[in-house]
Amino acid sequence: MTDDRLIILAPQDSVVVVRCGISKGETLIIGDDEIILGVAVSMGHKLALRSVGKGDAILKYGAPIGSATSDILVGEHVHLHNMKSDYTPTYALEGAQTEFEK
Amino acid sequence: MTMKGYLRQDGRKGIRNLVAVAYLVECAHHVAREIALPQREHAHVIGFPGCFPNEYAQSMMERLCTHPNVGAVMIVSLGCESFNRFQLEQFVRDSGRQVETLVIQKTGGTRSAIARGQAFVERAVEALSKAKTVPMAVSDLVIGTVCGGSDGTSGISGNPAAGRAFDRLVSEGAACIFEETGELIGCEDIMAARAATPELAEELRASVEKAAQYYATLGFGSFAAGNADGGLSTIEEKSMGAYAKSGTSPILGLIKPGDIPPTGGLYLMDVVPDGPVRFGFPNISDNAEIVEMMASGAHMTLFVTGRGSVVGSALAPVIKIAANPEMYGRLHEDMDVNAGRIMEGTATLDEIGTEIYEQVVAVAGGTQTKSEDLGHREFILTYKSFEPIGPACLPV
Repeated sequence: MTDDRLIILAPQDSVVVVRCGISKGETLIIGDDEIILGVAVSMGHKLALRSVGKGDAILKYGAPIGSATSDILVGEHVHLHNMKSDYTPTYALEGAQTEFEK
Repeated sequence: MTMKGYLRQDGRKGIRNLVAVAYLVECAHHVAREIALPQREHAHVIGFPGCFPNEYAQSMMERLCTHPNVGAVMIVSLGCESFNRFQLEQFVRDSGRQVETLVIQKTGGTRSAIARGQAFVERAVEALSKAKTVPMAVSDLVIGTVCGGSDGTSGISGNPAAGRAFDRLVSEGAACIFEETGELIGCEDIMAARAATPELAEELRASVEKAAQYYATLGFGSFAAGNADGGLSTIEEKSMGAYAKSGTSPILGLIKPGDIPPTGGLYLMDVVPDGPVRFGFPNISDNAEIVEMMASGAHMTLFVTGRGSVVGSALAPVIKIAANPEMYGRLHEDMDVNAGRIMEGTATLDEIGTEIYEQVVAVAGGTQTKSEDLGHREFILTYKSFEPIGPACLPV
């Protein structure tokens, strides 16, 4: 049973998508796990549906979207800090995320 | 709603009847803009900024000036640029459209060029307002789709909803075009599996491999900073979301910008130049993609946005589909469809797909889109080079 605020796109996926902004410290049910969210996440971001080892493929829509750059635990925010493209590196503006959250 | 169109000599039908004011070098841009200004509802400015010749730009301008939504053309040349204005004028004249070329250097300067151009446009608009219409069906339509300002919602709400609309349009005989091979990186295999023939599957795969190599040389993917803020982590992830716009129909062909789909059905547009990297980024902004859709005859373009693009287009209307409900709340005056309701759980993909389909039919029938009504007329065309498509790319 997974929280209503999360979307599972394909059963084999390693991530769920956040349906709406969720604050740091909130409790979420992901599969059989109950986790406390370590960071605030905004709509459209991803959380780990299952634990992933460093170097393993990250699956979303049932397809690989890159690989983990560190071990990732269930419920952790999955983004640029712990995954990378297997094609071309991702360009992001530092500071833009904090600006967006305001 | 009954659709009515303007029948052109080549058999295609337009859903608008506009005057294109086409500048052939940046130096003629101001004059072109001033010429169109008094008739801005009916006269749209398009053009190519470069002074040096480019075969792609020449053929794009020819296609755009003979787009089914265009009824007459005012060509604005400075006089010393390399663009072949004679060839363009002949191409437009052969299409049965009224056309006139204004060479600023021969007209006595800016003021007199503007006056002469405005007089032409006024007469042309008057003549076009009396044009007869013919009945038009969904099967006469060419519809493009792009996404821009994507975020983590685009691939879940707006893009798959656009895909549902595409499925219905294709089933009713429309030609539907999706793109951007640089945003299909990682989708090669699943896409190739939908190709109408094994030879086309190879072409589809090769087009994405070309894009991956091209972007690797540039050092950046087709991925902007805002994509990451919105929750997308990699180009593959963005690609999977973008790919959803294509729906589930078989892929019938692979075209390049300016190629007109020969039949109804679903086509991929390969927008990444052939040969070595020469002129920089394939498409420097979303509008470049919309322009390429128009050059391939798209009557309108479905534009799915998560972060909130406000752009529209000269010549062919853009239907803006908001993927993200928070963004829709902020930018609703620019958005035609709120696919963000899928995120909130208040609408299904099928419902939004139907809404998009109905919008397409209404816009074809004359209803203005938000960006069209707001006067958005963004246009950009830059240097590129392409080889012609291979024999396996089009349906037999």
